[in-house]
Order: sequence, then C-alpha cells, then structure tokens
Amino acid sequence: MNAPLYIARGTDIAARRFGEETMIMSGKDSELFSLNETASLLWQAADGVTPLAQIVERQLCAAFDVDAQTALRDAEELARQLAGHGILRVSDQPLADTDAGKAP
Amino acid sequence: MNEPALPLHADIGIGGIHVRLRTDDPGFIDLLGERYAGFLDGAGRVDYEFDMHLQPPEGTDPDDDVRVFRRDGLWCMERGDFRAEWDPQSRRGWIRQEPNPYSVDSVLRIVHSLLLAREGGMLMHASSAVRDGRAFVFMGVSGAGKTTISRLAPAGVHLLTDEMSYLRREADGYFAYGTPFSGELGRPGANLRAPLACIYLLAQGPENRIEALGHADAVRGLLANILFFAQDRELVQAIFASAIELAERVPVRRLTFVPDSRVWDLIGNEST
Repeated sequence: MNAPLYIARGTDIAARRFGEETMIMSGKDSELFSLNETASLLWQAADGVTPLAQIVERQLCAAFDVDAQTALRDAEELARQLAGHGILRVSDQPLADTDAGKAP
Repeated sequence: MNEPALPLHADIGIGGIHVRLRTDDPGFIDLLGERYAGFLDGAGRVDYEFDMHLQPPEGTDPDDDVRVFRRDGLWCMERGDFRAEWDPQSRRGWIRQEPNPYSVDSVLRIVHSLLLAREGGMLMHASSAVRDGRAFVFMGVSGAGKTTISRLAPAGVHLLTDEMSYLRREADGYFAYGTPFSGELGRPGANLRAPLACIYLLAQGPENRIEALGHADAVRGLLANILFFAQDRELVQAIFASAIELAERVPVRRLTFVPDSRVWDLIGNEST
C-alpha cells in the first residue's frame, strides 16, 4: 500500500476563484494559471493535513461519477504537475497550511 | 566625499508624477527635450530624482533581457543597455547608460510601473483616447490593432498614446493619462487626464462588434496586457488584486473591428 500523500497550497502565489474556475498567478515569474473545476476542488481542499486519498473520496468522487482508484491516480498526477509550478506543495508527511494563497 | 551635483536637469511629468533627470551633458538635455516634448515640466515640482551617468553600463551584456529586483531596500533595474538603482525611501537613484533616448525611456516605464503598482494603477500595452471628456482604452498584443484604431480616430478625439496606457486609481475612480510612450505612430500622446469609461480588448475580424466579457476573461485580458517587470511576490499580489478590482469597477469589453473609421461609431455609444 502506498504511503499517504498530503497537499498544501503554494505560498508564493496570488489566487482568486471565479465561479468554477480558479485563477492563480505565480509570485516567482508572474505566470498566470487557470484551474478548471476539478483542479479547483483539489486546490481548495489542499489543507496540508488531509490525505489526498481522503480529499479525492470526499470531493472528487462525490462530485463526479468516477471510481476512487482512477480519481486518485489522476489527482496525484495533477497535484505533482501543480507542484511543479509552485501552485501546490506535495509531501508524504503532513504540511503546514497557509492561507497566503487561498482564493477568496 | 560626495560627488559634485550634476548641473543640468530635465523634469518629466507623466501621470501627475514628476521625475527629474540630472546630467552634465547639454546635448542630452536637448535630446530629452525632443523626446518628451509636451511632458516637460517647468513648475519645479520633483517627486523622484535620478543622476544620469552617460557611459556604458558595467556588468551587463548587450543582449541581456530586462531584470527588475529588490536588493537591500533598493530597486535594481538592468538590461543590456542600462543599469539603474532607485531608493523608494529617499526617492533618489541613478541611471548608467549611453546617451540615447531609448534606455531612459525604458527606465521611466519601469519606475512608473513600480510606482503605479503600489497604488492600484498600472501601465498597460494599450492605446487610449479621450472622447467627450471620457477615456477609452484599447488593449492588445502587438498586431491587435492599437495603432490602427488610433489612426482611425475621428476629429475631436484626443489620443493619449498608441502604445502604453497609463491608468491611476484615484479617490473618485480610475483615470487615464496621456504618455510620451509611442508605438508605430511615432508621436507622443496628448498630456491629458480623463475618467476611464471603458476598456476594450482588441481583435480584428470581419465586422465591427462589441461583446461583454465575463469577469474571469476580463481579468485574464487585463493581466495579459499589464506592463510588469519585477520578480517580487508583493508586487505580483498587488498587480493581481489591481486587475481584479479594475475589472470590477470599469467595463471591459471585446472589440472586434474591421480597420476602417466606422468602428469609432461604436466607441462610447454602447450601453455599459
């Protein structure tokens, strides 16, 4: 069984929710990102202490008709992509959350 | 020992902010006079001051891209053709460059963009114009039609710029100011100020049409066109918040147009 994965919002960003879309601007290079509904749900739920599997089960599987295993695999891939841009932080240990990047 | 003060200066007022450039070269003063005609200020008000050292910048490569960063409380600005530092506390700085108008033009754009970012304003890749006392901004990437729509402006329309629009957030709303920063038109804008009525995101197409933009698309359009250099977290947050607020308070529309003067029949006439 894989170790649980934890995700937290990046600290060096500015973010705002527009309906189902979340717009995020990187504080490092000013690059602008747009998260779709699925990625927005993941980002909003990224509190650093809830395991990703639990987020997927509660947020994604509840909202979309998708099996938990497939959703978790896709979510892990997405989380690592977002982490590559500094939008999320990913760890196998709980992370300190920050409200710095939380979209109002 | 302090260096002797540079004896000559030109005061350049853009957007109500007055920058004094000091030099000891009378030829460069003449060059600044030509470049910033209409924006030279003789009233003596000085908000910021720069000593200009007209020599090749040390430690840069001619091909270097622009870098703007904060170091020990100073703003540092570098490109292949200039280096500059500026202390926002003392409001003084220096610029090292060859005696050409292009480098100082870039430094001024950077300084103004930093100043405006702190107060909710911005420089924007956009042309702008005043019609019947109201300002209209036309933003878009290179080739979108900023200069074209400026050329098509009818009599009675005052062009603020065909290249770089200057927006300030003031107590009673947003205002657009004229700038000397010109594009293909090759002439400075009118040194005027007017309340901002509408921002158009330009696109060229088969007919003249104005469409509403959703809030997210409006913010995206603004952010894509705001002039912004600094790699600085606080300023990124400020610019992001400024774009959101601007899109909330001023109508942002998509303007598709064919390049003839009839497009101006639509400007300022659509209901907001």
